[in-house]
Amino acid sequence: MSLKGRDLISIRDLSREEIEEVLKASRRMIPIAQGERSSRALDGRLLALAFFEPSTRTRLSFETAAQRLGARCVSIADVASSSVRKGESLYDTTRMLAAYGDAIVLRHPNEGAGRLAALASDKPVINAGDGAGQHPSQTLLDLATMHEAFGTLTGLRVVLLGDLKYGRTVHSLAHALAVFGAELVLSSPASLKLPPDVRDHLDQLGAKVVEEDELPKAVKDADVLYVTRIQKERFGDEAEYAKVAGSYRIDNALLNSAKSRLIVMHPLPRAGEIAPEVDATPHAAYFRQAFLGVPVRMALLSLILTGKAG
Amino acid sequence: MNDVRELKITPIKNGTVIDHIGNGLSLEVLRILGVHDLDKDSTVSVALHVRSQKMGWKDIVKVENMELSARKVNAIALIAPTATISIIRDFKVREKRSVDLPDRILGVLKCPNSNCITHQNEPVESEFEVARRRPVVLRCVYCERSVDEFLPLLA
Repeated sequence: MSLKGRDLISIRDLSREEIEEVLKASRRMIPIAQGERSSRALDGRLLALAFFEPSTRTRLSFETAAQRLGARCVSIADVASSSVRKGESLYDTTRMLAAYGDAIVLRHPNEGAGRLAALASDKPVINAGDGAGQHPSQTLLDLATMHEAFGTLTGLRVVLLGDLKYGRTVHSLAHALAVFGAELVLSSPASLKLPPDVRDHLDQLGAKVVEEDELPKAVKDADVLYVTRIQKERFGDEAEYAKVAGSYRIDNALLNSAKSRLIVMHPLPRAGEIAPEVDATPHAAYFRQAFLGVPVRMALLSLILTGKAG
Repeated sequence: MNDVRELKITPIKNGTVIDHIGNGLSLEVLRILGVHDLDKDSTVSVALHVRSQKMGWKDIVKVENMELSARKVNAIALIAPTATISIIRDFKVREKRSVDLPDRILGVLKCPNSNCITHQNEPVESEFEVARRRPVVLRCVYCERSVDEFLPLLA
């Protein structure tokens, strides 16, 4: 099925075949993303960016992706000065953006905002993160990073480490990895375990899931160590945050016992979870992961706006 | 035996009988029906803790001059899934059916996620899809939060 004209709100909106199509298209975008080739595939197209929450990486990578393909962007630059401040609903704001642009990229602090915007808009809406909810383009770039390193997703043993309760990236990623038949190892502080409904959902998909809270054991046979940031804003109590935040740290001593091909991933920004010494090792994949955000979003924009992979 | 039952709950000319309500759940069913909004000449009869061959104990609610909207039937299906609904016209049962949970439930429940967009000032109703039927688990169409307890969420 073609992605042309479709919304992308949740990773569940995509079938396995459609995810594969995006990953394949994103590989073809890499030389353009690196400036080695140029493309005007989206010449004359206009992308409307609506970021109601601060974001550096996601916003910049969507803008970069659009411009690398010759599209232009308009954006609500400052929510504080926009009509949203005057009480305009997201529904109305989205209808206006849909009238101006060819597609909308939305980041919003409320969960479900992406779905609501898709309802309001007759142009495709790409959810770039709604509260603690979905962030499907992040999941796609995570998958692209693993696929680039191993050539497959099926059968990979992936450790999901850290905040598995609130981390927005982790739930979508776990779903997608389950769809591809990867093996999941969950490792988290007791207070940040995967919510039961997410775990149930993985079981329904027939996923292979194990829990291993001892980090050295979890890492031992892993192909991928996916580290999440523990979000300070989720804790009411500073002392509780400090206790949990200090409970895991990835350093070279830990990685000495890992497989030589293990890759360490992180959605960034990191807050002390990965020691800087890891950056210089072949395990470090998080900066490559951040770069792949651009070709993956190029692929998405191209497939959604034109139905073609570049 | 029949006569004794007749004394407990009098027959109605026109209206709705909701039978086979799980023991003790009739007050919640009344809340769904919104009995305060009824025609002031209508009688509402409630029987609590009634012997039932099928269920052991059950509750029954009879409401005069009221036929249920689809939305109210959906709410009853969530709270009292064993209930049956009979439409009475001129003292006769014109229609009898069990309550069925549709695939999508609109406007009946509030999303338990306080940060869900449906709690903001937006022109949309809450909407849930059935993620699992036995036992019933619903998922918010907007924020994807799952729910398996419905009583506290009745809108």
